[in-house]
Amino acid sequence: MKIHFWGVRGSIPSPGPHTFRYGGNTTCIEVRSDDGSLIILDAGTGIFPLAQALLKQMPVQAQVFITHTHWDHIQGLPFFTQLYIPGNTVRIHGGYDVVAGRGIDQIMEVQLQYSYFPVREVEMMARIEYETLSIGEPVTVGDATVTPLLLNHPVVNFGYRVACNGKSVFFTGDHEAWTNMYAPQDEGYAEYQQMIDAQQGQLDQALAGLDVLIADSSYTAAEYATKVGWGHGTLEGNIAWARRLGVKKLICTHHEPTRSDDDLERAFAAALEAAEYAPGRPGEPEILLSREGLELVL
Amino acid sequence: MSAMTPELERKLGTAVERMPAFPRSVQRVLELTRNINCLPKELVAVIEKDPVMTVKILKVINSAYYSLPSKITSVGQSVVYLGINTIKNLALGFAAVGILPRMNAAGFDVQRYLLHSLVVGGVARQLATQFAKGEADSGDCYIAGLLHDFGKVVFAQFLAAEFRDALTHSAEHSVPLHEAEKTVIGVDHGLVGALLAKRWAFPVHLVDCIRDHHNPLAEPSVMMDCLRVADQVVRLREIGDSGNPWRATEACAAAERFGDDIEALAAKIGSLDKIVEDAMMFAQVGKEE
Repeated sequence: MKIHFWGVRGSIPSPGPHTFRYGGNTTCIEVRSDDGSLIILDAGTGIFPLAQALLKQMPVQAQVFITHTHWDHIQGLPFFTQLYIPGNTVRIHGGYDVVAGRGIDQIMEVQLQYSYFPVREVEMMARIEYETLSIGEPVTVGDATVTPLLLNHPVVNFGYRVACNGKSVFFTGDHEAWTNMYAPQDEGYAEYQQMIDAQQGQLDQALAGLDVLIADSSYTAAEYATKVGWGHGTLEGNIAWARRLGVKKLICTHHEPTRSDDDLERAFAAALEAAEYAPGRPGEPEILLSREGLELVL
Repeated sequence: MSAMTPELERKLGTAVERMPAFPRSVQRVLELTRNINCLPKELVAVIEKDPVMTVKILKVINSAYYSLPSKITSVGQSVVYLGINTIKNLALGFAAVGILPRMNAAGFDVQRYLLHSLVVGGVARQLATQFAKGEADSGDCYIAGLLHDFGKVVFAQFLAAEFRDALTHSAEHSVPLHEAEKTVIGVDHGLVGALLAKRWAFPVHLVDCIRDHHNPLAEPSVMMDCLRVADQVVRLREIGDSGNPWRATEACAAAERFGDDIEALAAKIGSLDKIVEDAMMFAQVGKEE
């Protein structure tokens, strides 16, 4: 299995000299299974350079998995050039939006309203299919399986575990570890804490044996104090999670758009130091920042 | 047991989609959600006091879209799964349906019904905690109390004329309301509540409890004991109004667990002031009632 990062930024594309080393495109990760099947995790603006790279291949069979439909995870979708080329098949997977009462099939219909984009979906010549996923029910893609797991974000957000021939990677999309909405002195605190612990326990169980964790690490622990409930994780929290899961590699992603490369490296170094990161120590995961162009082979 | 005609079932099955929530919760949801930093626990406290909002949330969380390994019975648990923002937006959607009118063509006072349901829920939870620890989930007992008479509010809203006749029949012939419902409508509120709960994929034990809370031949359960006795205690104390005018002296519904003297039990439970005060504020029922 091969993983290629095409977009690593959170919230809004942030090009420019200050983000040159890590990249300014929003989330898009290409995963190739051992038999070459193409899995695309999220369609942020990073999907556009991926589309350019794919132009050499014809026809393309792409399986796009959308973690959730916030802009930074779908903005590049109409620029996924393969959608316009006859002979291609693009299958878009995602969750059910309980507020709108619609499945993932609404994604382009909403995004391509004529005032906002000049091309209509019927004018896209590829075969476009939609699949609204159920929690925990795996989808087969070539020799890989992709399993959606429900995480915690203001909208329904699926993390995806991609497994192929005994190796596996999990991408969180946007996720904030569950927190107790009650204060310790409140009546409902203990009961709610039990529910959260059970939820986290179920997720950890579903991730048993994982090799690579790619996690939303938007904030530092210090920044998080004023951002509780925004639906994002922290560098420190993910380091602890990766250790608990016993993964081999943790990739921290969804970098804050306001963070320059230098700031990002400083925040990362401070988090590693606070966690007493000991690379090479038995059981210690390798911890990296995601950047555009980063490739992993599992 | 009387039968439910397919037409009645269809009519009631779609009913709750269109059912508005209670005035106080609609007002509070709108107030709270104006502030982007509204506290999740405050929103949950509002939703879990409104039977309509509660059933709508539980319906969503237990729907096939989530295919969760076990059924969810609490609003809090729904927040863990869906996130507070989704719950907030769902609640806003429920609020937009409108406000359940206090008086309906059936002449059934929904605010006093709400008071009754909230206090029965509170007392059932307390009974479970105080007398049946480890045997019944106290949260489930609260939900059972909150929803046990939900069928009545559905009747009042969607079968108003028939329900009015049942209320009159119960008063004039001195029979319990659930008997009058069977005579006039063909089914009692327990069966209707259970039908809806089943349709929404609520847990089986909750469906059974709602259906059978007036059926003396039903398989007993600890949750049912707590619910029935809570219902008796609340009626004994004359808090709220379930619409049931029948006041025959009753033996304790679960004498083995709670003793046969319902008045002594009521004394043992102690003050219900806090439960009643909270419920009154929410049901917007004045103290004079």
